[in-house]
Amino acid sequence: MGGLLGSLSNIFWLGTKELWALAKDPMMLIFIAWAFGVGIYTEATGAGETVNNAAIAIVDEDHSRLSRSIAGLFYPPYFQAARTIGAADIDRAMDEGRYTFIVTIPPHFEADVRRGRNAEVQVSIDATAVEQATIGSSYIQNMVANEVKRYRQEFEHEPGLDSNLAIRRAFNPNGTQSWFRAIVSLADHLSMLIIILTGAALLREREHGTIEHLLVMPLTAFEIALAKVWANGLVIIVAFVCSLLFVVEGALDVPIAGSRLLFLLGTVIYVFAAASIGIFLGTIARTMAQFALMMMMTVMPMMMLSGGMTPIESQPRWIQYVTWLLPSRHYIGFTQAIVYRGADFSIVWREFAIVLVMGVAFLTGSMLLFRRSLASAR
Amino acid sequence: MPATIGPVVRIADVFHAYGKVRALDAVSLELPSGQMIGLIGPDGAGKSTLLGLMAGARKLQKGTVDVLGGSMAKARHRRAVCTRIAYMPQGLGKNLYQEISAAENLAFFGTLFGLSAAEQEGRARRLAAATGLSPFMDRLVSRLSGGMKQKLGLCCALIHDPDLLILDEPTTGVDPLSRRQFWSLIASLRAERPAMSVVVSTAYMDEAAQCDWLAVMDEGKVLASGTVAELKTQTGETELERIFVSLRSSNGAARAPLVIPPRKPGTDGPVIVAKNLTCRFGDFTAVDGVSFTIEKGEIFGFLGSNGCGKTTTMKMLTGLLAPSEGEAIVCGSPVDANDLSIRRRVGFMTQAFSLYGELSARQNLMLHARLFHLSEADAASRTEQLIAEVGLADHADADASSLPLGVRQRLSLAVSIVHDPELLILDEPTSGVDPEARDDFWRLLADLSRNHNVTIFVSTHFMNEAMRCDCIALMHAGRVLVCDTPAKVIESKGAKDLEAAFISYIEEVDTSPAAAPATESEPLASRQSGATPSRRRFTSLRRLFAYTQCETRSLLRDPVRLAFAFFGTFLMLLIFGYGVSNDVTNIRFAAFDHDHTPESRSYLAGFANSRYFSEGPPIRSVAEMDQRLKSNDVTLAIEIPPNFGRHVKWGSDWQVSAWIDGANTQRAATIEGYVQQAHSLFAERRAREASSAPSGSASTTIVLRNRYNPTAESIYAIGPSVPAMLLMLFLAILMAVSVAREKEIGTIANFYATPTTRLEFLIGKQLPYIGVGMVNFAIMTATVVFLFGVPLKGNGFVLTLGALLYIAAATGYGLVISTFTRSQVAAVFAGAVLSMMPTMQFSGMLQPVSTLEGAARVMGTFWPTTYYMHMSVGAFTKGLGFADMRTDILALALFTPAFLALSALLLRKQER
Repeated sequence: MGGLLGSLSNIFWLGTKELWALAKDPMMLIFIAWAFGVGIYTEATGAGETVNNAAIAIVDEDHSRLSRSIAGLFYPPYFQAARTIGAADIDRAMDEGRYTFIVTIPPHFEADVRRGRNAEVQVSIDATAVEQATIGSSYIQNMVANEVKRYRQEFEHEPGLDSNLAIRRAFNPNGTQSWFRAIVSLADHLSMLIIILTGAALLREREHGTIEHLLVMPLTAFEIALAKVWANGLVIIVAFVCSLLFVVEGALDVPIAGSRLLFLLGTVIYVFAAASIGIFLGTIARTMAQFALMMMMTVMPMMMLSGGMTPIESQPRWIQYVTWLLPSRHYIGFTQAIVYRGADFSIVWREFAIVLVMGVAFLTGSMLLFRRSLASAR
Repeated sequence: MPATIGPVVRIADVFHAYGKVRALDAVSLELPSGQMIGLIGPDGAGKSTLLGLMAGARKLQKGTVDVLGGSMAKARHRRAVCTRIAYMPQGLGKNLYQEISAAENLAFFGTLFGLSAAEQEGRARRLAAATGLSPFMDRLVSRLSGGMKQKLGLCCALIHDPDLLILDEPTTGVDPLSRRQFWSLIASLRAERPAMSVVVSTAYMDEAAQCDWLAVMDEGKVLASGTVAELKTQTGETELERIFVSLRSSNGAARAPLVIPPRKPGTDGPVIVAKNLTCRFGDFTAVDGVSFTIEKGEIFGFLGSNGCGKTTTMKMLTGLLAPSEGEAIVCGSPVDANDLSIRRRVGFMTQAFSLYGELSARQNLMLHARLFHLSEADAASRTEQLIAEVGLADHADADASSLPLGVRQRLSLAVSIVHDPELLILDEPTSGVDPEARDDFWRLLADLSRNHNVTIFVSTHFMNEAMRCDCIALMHAGRVLVCDTPAKVIESKGAKDLEAAFISYIEEVDTSPAAAPATESEPLASRQSGATPSRRRFTSLRRLFAYTQCETRSLLRDPVRLAFAFFGTFLMLLIFGYGVSNDVTNIRFAAFDHDHTPESRSYLAGFANSRYFSEGPPIRSVAEMDQRLKSNDVTLAIEIPPNFGRHVKWGSDWQVSAWIDGANTQRAATIEGYVQQAHSLFAERRAREASSAPSGSASTTIVLRNRYNPTAESIYAIGPSVPAMLLMLFLAILMAVSVAREKEIGTIANFYATPTTRLEFLIGKQLPYIGVGMVNFAIMTATVVFLFGVPLKGNGFVLTLGALLYIAAATGYGLVISTFTRSQVAAVFAGAVLSMMPTMQFSGMLQPVSTLEGAARVMGTFWPTTYYMHMSVGAFTKGLGFADMRTDILALALFTPAFLALSALLLRKQER
């Protein structure tokens, strides 16, 4: 037996060894189960809706029917029930961060509205909570404006010019936050665990000297690396499928618009790419402490800049070029397309190809450095 | 002294088990004091376990162990006597810190045992001189040879002048010269302090013969004990090796002595030809012009002191290392790392056990058979055949890591011959293996060589093994000194045996102080036995600082780790500072305009001119709209119905539809706000134009005032909060790995066997990382202020105090992780999995903790990052002072003691 077939058989049998090793490490399995189960569930549900439970206070200096009805606009789940505070407390309450929003209704507000005078409602926003602040303030603005308009129409019996904006959200009609967070969280855990698993598996062989043993056998570095990729990748993909079925679709009830098989195919490609990054890190790091640091510096940008946390479009142009090089950005990209928009292969194939090429590039890079790093480690 | 009159160690009915494997089975022993006591027995007999129990490093499971007049089960007694015990665990320099120098190791041990600086220095100098280590005291331990490490280990053990010296196989893997120096050092020590008791386990019979008193163990039981003379009368044998064998094989199966038949001179030509092989690492020449030729079927012995280049030569022959100069021809072709065909004809067994511990013996064999492409049937039959041949039948299904050393080595051999190689390269295959198992091993080698014509290239430290070789090469400092048959080597020096010839060869060429006989002019022992060292103040603090110093030095000597630890966070901060932005801009939108009137164009212009939106080509059909939303070509589609213009002009009801890509809910919500604003603007303008009534011009404006961050730019939120996240993640993982490393490498034994308390160890390890954290804090704060231009409005001093508490909490958390993880991999894994989520998601960076729900809320509340994040954001953007941050500081101050207490509770002071 030789050539390709022999090589495949080597990769297969070396991989089964990885599986055995993992099976005998219950701690590792518990962590994987934890991450793909509890971790994803908590992350998806814990944050609530986009604006959720926002703390809001009203400074009512008008004490009118209108001002009271404005105060009554705010209720859960978007806002906590509005508290009424005095004008003198605004600064202090804001400093302590007790409220994200404080709505101030000036004296004679109702009267001004009735008489058609200009009136001004002030909303103080704790803009350090950027995300809540931007979205919440536009909610407040609209709610207050509508309430005033309604009041005026009721008072003037004037039908006025009725304009209507029908906003429809495609793919997630209610804007359910957990749909989005669940998939992002799945991607984050996927990236982190596969990189640690493969990188550490390689580094452990190096630290324990077993890699030398493998290298004097008729095995190539490529076969050794690929065995780690498929075995650890398989474990992660099994965990992924379970998580998708039981946590994402089961407990969180996230509908998957596109083909599950296509989603799985994309995930397999991505896991290959991420595992190759793990192999790459395992090749260049010399100790586990170094690996831990490099892993952090790879995984954190992969998690934070891939578009799952903040939109890619709002990154500065030059950072967008950098993040284009992150496989996770493409993964999040095509995952969203498949899961929410129901995209088919004709739409996502390009990103599949990009991720695949990245995986191959990292694996090739590791192979080029493999023997050199092994020799210099001695 | 009461302790020296009775037995120094009294062991009664001790049982010890690792899981299901019984290591000690009803062991009772009394070791007389003031003597040299030898512990002999095959691998896995329970010697190491017994020694660990005596030293107090292992937790007693059942039975009593009294050492120096008290029970080792009592923590108080252990603490009291551990300053009088010295324990050197098995493995070359296993309990030494590799990244720091020899002198620093000595000082470290001295401090742990409470010696003053002056005492330390004096003793270190004398010990170094006696062992010939003086010139190497500034060298890093990782650069010392095995023999030197072992001598340094002894120095470290002796630094506090113990009454009981426990040595676990101290000379395993050490060359004859170093071994001789080692024993002469022990002998001179005992001459000076006759009251000192020495307990030593060994695989060398000649070493055991020097002992005053012996205990022979097998399978967790003591077979016999007493003086050598007593044992002789008991068994009727005269030679110790025979005594040992006869005690063990009580079933009467006398073993035939190993005889290797002479080799028939081969005609096949050489199998290995090394020509002028040279290997350099930087400016260090490990192997210097080595040449030899090995014939087919020959057993070729490779001898030499530790670190002389034997392993490097072997690696060059196998292609693991490329020679700097010269050439090696194996099986007729030059060694080439990329030539796989040659590897099928060679078997290699590395020095360290390099099989997979988590697989069983059978699985290991099957794996290798398959990797050599034996068919399934052949692989299975070959595996069974080898299991029978090397005698693994009893162990075939046990995890390889749980096997005794001798059995493991046999398994390694079986694995290396699974593919019937023509050439076998074995690097110290019998180090640490008991004599009987060694004989068995050599029986296998002899059979391979004589009956299967396999060429064997083997390195060894055992002279009796060297005598069995057809030809030996003696290597020293990278050169081959002599290469001939053993008999001729002895003859050439006129020596009485090979060991003497070996030493005389080395002494001839080597005049370095390491090889020179130890000068023993100065007394090594500084006090009489039994005298307790005077109590010094602050010993606890000094021990703590010893750990701090040791950790700091290792950290400083790892430039990669250091650079990443200091500048990794900086780099991350830059990327996140510029990259993470919640500002949604440049949203791609397209119009689906059914109307095409000036009004509709004016409505759309409101979008096209905004910095939030950028317009794409218009949409022409519903299907196209669907498709473009699906393919992420547009994020927003605005549909203007027919007759829009007319309705607007007449002032009747009009309607517009906006389709937003809802996949990213956060972004969709922001876009929704923008769309509504643009719409309201248009509506208001039309209303004003249409209405002539004065009341219509009045408007209710809603003024939004962004506090603390007037432009609502993300950097004001990201700048102060990302450092909080980075500090937590980097420090927790670094800390956890650092402690897990001690466990994996084995240096944790120092914590078990010295008076160091849990808190001393934990805080000592923690302090350097708190320092790293504070430097990080300074770098990141400067970056935020000067590079990002986010002013620090609040009290910087209070923020620094908060940072200190927070960093202590983060490292404390790392300690907690390290207490329940045994390997570094697990520490990295646990650290990442358990800290990333609460830190990145639930500590207020994205959403205020007060808005979280359920488990997320709980995690956020009990997570230090929450409080520091709140403080940092407050101090930077809100200009808060101490009074406002009081509660956060208080909360942060509670985490560190809580984490430390938890770690101390979970950390074991003894090995199980």
